[in-house]
Amino acid sequence: MRITVTVDGTEYSDEVEPRTLLVHYLRETLGKVGTVIGCDTSNCGACTVHLNGHSVKSCSVLAVQADGCEITTIEGLARDGQLHPVQQAFHDNHALQCGYCTPGMIMQSIDLLADNPDPDEKAVREGLEGNLCRCTGYQNIVRAVRDAAHHMSPGAGPEAERVSEDVRAPSAIGGE
Amino acid sequence: MTTTEETPIGYGRMHRKEDVRFLRGHGTYVDDVTLPGMLHGAVLRSPYAHAKIVSIDTSAAEAHPKVRAVITGETLAGLNLAWMPTLSNDVQAVLATDKVRFQGQEVAFVVAEDRYSARDALELIDVDYEALEPVVDARKALDPDAPVIRDDVEGRTDNHIFDWETGDKARTDEVFANAEVVTTQDMLYPRVHPAPLETCGSVADMDPITGKLTVWTTTQAPHAHRTLYALVAGLPEHKIRVISPDIGGGFGNKVGIYPGYVCSIVGSILTGKPVKWVEDRSENLMSTSFARDYHMHGEIASTKDGKILGIRVKVLADHGAFNGTAQPTKYPAGFFGVFTGSYDIEAAHAEVTGVYTNKAPGGVAYACSFRITEAVYLVERLVDVLAHELDMDPARLRMKNLLQPDQFPYQSKTGWEYDSGDYPRTLAKALDLVHYDDLRAEQAKRRESGSQELMGIGVAFFTEAVGAGPRNKMDILGLGMADGAELRIHPTGKAVLRLSCQTQGQGHETTFAQIVAEELGISPEDIDVVHGDTDQTPFGLGTYGSRSTPVSGAATAVVARKVRERAKIVASAMLEVGADDLEWEKGRWFVKGDPGAGKSIQDIAMAAHSSLELPEGIEGQLDATCVYNPPNLTYPFGAYVCVVDVDAGTGQVKVRDFVAVDDCGVRINPMIVEGQVHGGLADGLGMALMQVMAFDEDGNHLGGSFMDYLLPTSMECPSWRLDETVTPSPHHPIGAKGVGESATVGSPAAVVNAVVDALKPYGVRHADMPLTPAAVWCALRGKPFRTDLAIT
Repeated sequence: MRITVTVDGTEYSDEVEPRTLLVHYLRETLGKVGTVIGCDTSNCGACTVHLNGHSVKSCSVLAVQADGCEITTIEGLARDGQLHPVQQAFHDNHALQCGYCTPGMIMQSIDLLADNPDPDEKAVREGLEGNLCRCTGYQNIVRAVRDAAHHMSPGAGPEAERVSEDVRAPSAIGGE
Repeated sequence: MTTTEETPIGYGRMHRKEDVRFLRGHGTYVDDVTLPGMLHGAVLRSPYAHAKIVSIDTSAAEAHPKVRAVITGETLAGLNLAWMPTLSNDVQAVLATDKVRFQGQEVAFVVAEDRYSARDALELIDVDYEALEPVVDARKALDPDAPVIRDDVEGRTDNHIFDWETGDKARTDEVFANAEVVTTQDMLYPRVHPAPLETCGSVADMDPITGKLTVWTTTQAPHAHRTLYALVAGLPEHKIRVISPDIGGGFGNKVGIYPGYVCSIVGSILTGKPVKWVEDRSENLMSTSFARDYHMHGEIASTKDGKILGIRVKVLADHGAFNGTAQPTKYPAGFFGVFTGSYDIEAAHAEVTGVYTNKAPGGVAYACSFRITEAVYLVERLVDVLAHELDMDPARLRMKNLLQPDQFPYQSKTGWEYDSGDYPRTLAKALDLVHYDDLRAEQAKRRESGSQELMGIGVAFFTEAVGAGPRNKMDILGLGMADGAELRIHPTGKAVLRLSCQTQGQGHETTFAQIVAEELGISPEDIDVVHGDTDQTPFGLGTYGSRSTPVSGAATAVVARKVRERAKIVASAMLEVGADDLEWEKGRWFVKGDPGAGKSIQDIAMAAHSSLELPEGIEGQLDATCVYNPPNLTYPFGAYVCVVDVDAGTGQVKVRDFVAVDDCGVRINPMIVEGQVHGGLADGLGMALMQVMAFDEDGNHLGGSFMDYLLPTSMECPSWRLDETVTPSPHHPIGAKGVGESATVGSPAAVVNAVVDALKPYGVRHADMPLTPAAVWCALRGKPFRTDLAIT
């Protein structure tokens, strides 16, 4: 089946088997290996990407279901070499260690902040419940998301990654 | 977070260099590696725990249009690879030939053009099994009528693997015979799994022209893997290159060699193409290294007023179907010998018996520091059980028995020399931070009120032993546990440090650069840390057992000091003064009494590569190598306090507060240490409350996916509260001890002690992990159950 998708701002058109999982299409057909796989039961969230602006676990979506959709992966967040405020906050708050859950965690965090621009600790923990991390004990991730919220507000809400030009300028917090 | 006395070296809380790529999805993990012509492998696994293989028909799979090879045990037997040696001098089936010995065991390997086709072809393989009775319960493994699992070994008539003991039995028996109080407790440290978020995998590329094998693989010990492949496969070692790229967590899961790695190599040899094998989650949980599974019978002797006199232990260790446990050769029960913990006692003795069962191999993994998780859990539960018997406060009982600072270096009754410690101070700090007395008052009030929300306070004080180890005592398959480091300063004063250890997220690329920076005054940003590629790095045994800072960290400081001394000679030639007239300040050598006359390390590096005339015997350039053979382990320690609320109606446990005071000596990067502790605390909480790999009576694995094997999420974890004390290791070049596993080692006992403390009004003295709502609910009703078996 031929599908046409826009991934990180570039349009692709490919023949895929109907059974091909979106995560495998991203990784193996497009070479977008920043999105990774951590389980086989949809629990871990390491494969989280944005599908039309909302987070999905790409291991639980067929590539054919994404036909005509816009997808953003971790690789499409930083623009002009500058990190998205959530990426920057993960760095600043040591919210990653092995880095394997990080892409999914960041994509989920952005979605969470789109729903709730200033979440308290409890709201962040609830919002990230679908993303497992084996290294950080979550604490620094929670800190990072709240830190990012403070740097992104106001107005970093809906579809945060797509309005990045607007939010990014005032939220530059020191580069890498 | 309170950080009252951190004394980091150099750049302290420096943000991580490796984040740059991970944040953007530009890490390179094994499954990200793609090579021209690369094929994909998949493993067919046994549905039975114990069964004879009558026949394997691979013809339909071979006929699949996208399949390039189907490998069975018979194929491997022709290459003498059907069995491989384990890290415990046993052998393990790579692909089963005679029979299968655990559910999930490797039976056949398909190589196909893509991963979907490889999985399709697995369905086309027809294996005829004849089911055999399995051994599921370790306590029945040595029964006279137990089925013999390892009949591959001629003459073997039982499931016994080893007996090992430590301590003075006669003296311990005497202490127990004369003690006023003797308390006994059976406890199970159930089988769990490290479950790194990235599973195990490899990409093997045998170049048929050059005869060189390159293997990208998830290994914590790339050099040891290279040597083992050379010994097993008969390939010359210089023709094997093992590359451990970015690793998505290890936690001890990625120390050993798994059948999938060997199959990908054989697949590449047979097809002449690179072959990738990446296991899925259920394969990871069912077949790779489990952790724990110690059935422990502990006894503790004391006086009536709570002076602990002795500890006596018998352990039954379930090792699964093959003894693949990863530990130094002379330590079949790892470092369980440190079970005397943090206490000054008169005598101790332990016996450990290892047995085979129809389960996956493993044992040492999941931040256990070679069985110290088990040792610490045992002693910290025993102390609490004793407190229960004596009706003493468990924190006061500990304070009364802790080793005192002036006793270090302390020779334990089981032969371990603890390097340094100031235990009472650390415990006092944790009790202050958690407001211990207020909590006890609140608890008393709660109990008086008859509230159904039970409150529990759990204390654990642990001593770790990490940094294996002195090579005259510790080796893995004959390879002494020393580690190399190479440091080269480029002409422009930038540096490259090459290490034998292999980070899996612990931040080595940052912290090891910080050590060099501290020693030489070169910015950490100007120091590249290279690891994981056996063609590019010096030999060493890798990262596990929290050994990187103790061994490779020491090697790094020593190699930097060697470079500094070389730089001194070059500087003396530059400044035309004797080397003895020079003095070092960070980053430069200068003339004593004339601070203006000096040369920076960068100037010296350029001069060392220039036409400058150097003293005879000095070769020029600026580099050094070191092999660090640690004189002893390091013994970090910590005091943890956990506060829980337990719903008596449902058995639900909620961790309200967790305070952890760790002392790992000098902290290289406090930010990274705290991250290590956070992660380890989540592990410990998960083990105490959620995680177990249970089996049913047929040997079916009941924890084979994340639907059943529960890991803590952001919701179960509280906000950890950390603090620290700093008691440097006297024998380590920068006074640093390991810390990576401390929290995993120390926290389960704190959580369990807290839950059991909450249940104290119900007369509960012990309940086994994991303390799930069901387990707690049963314990409350006086019916605790075994958590490792679905049917008891």
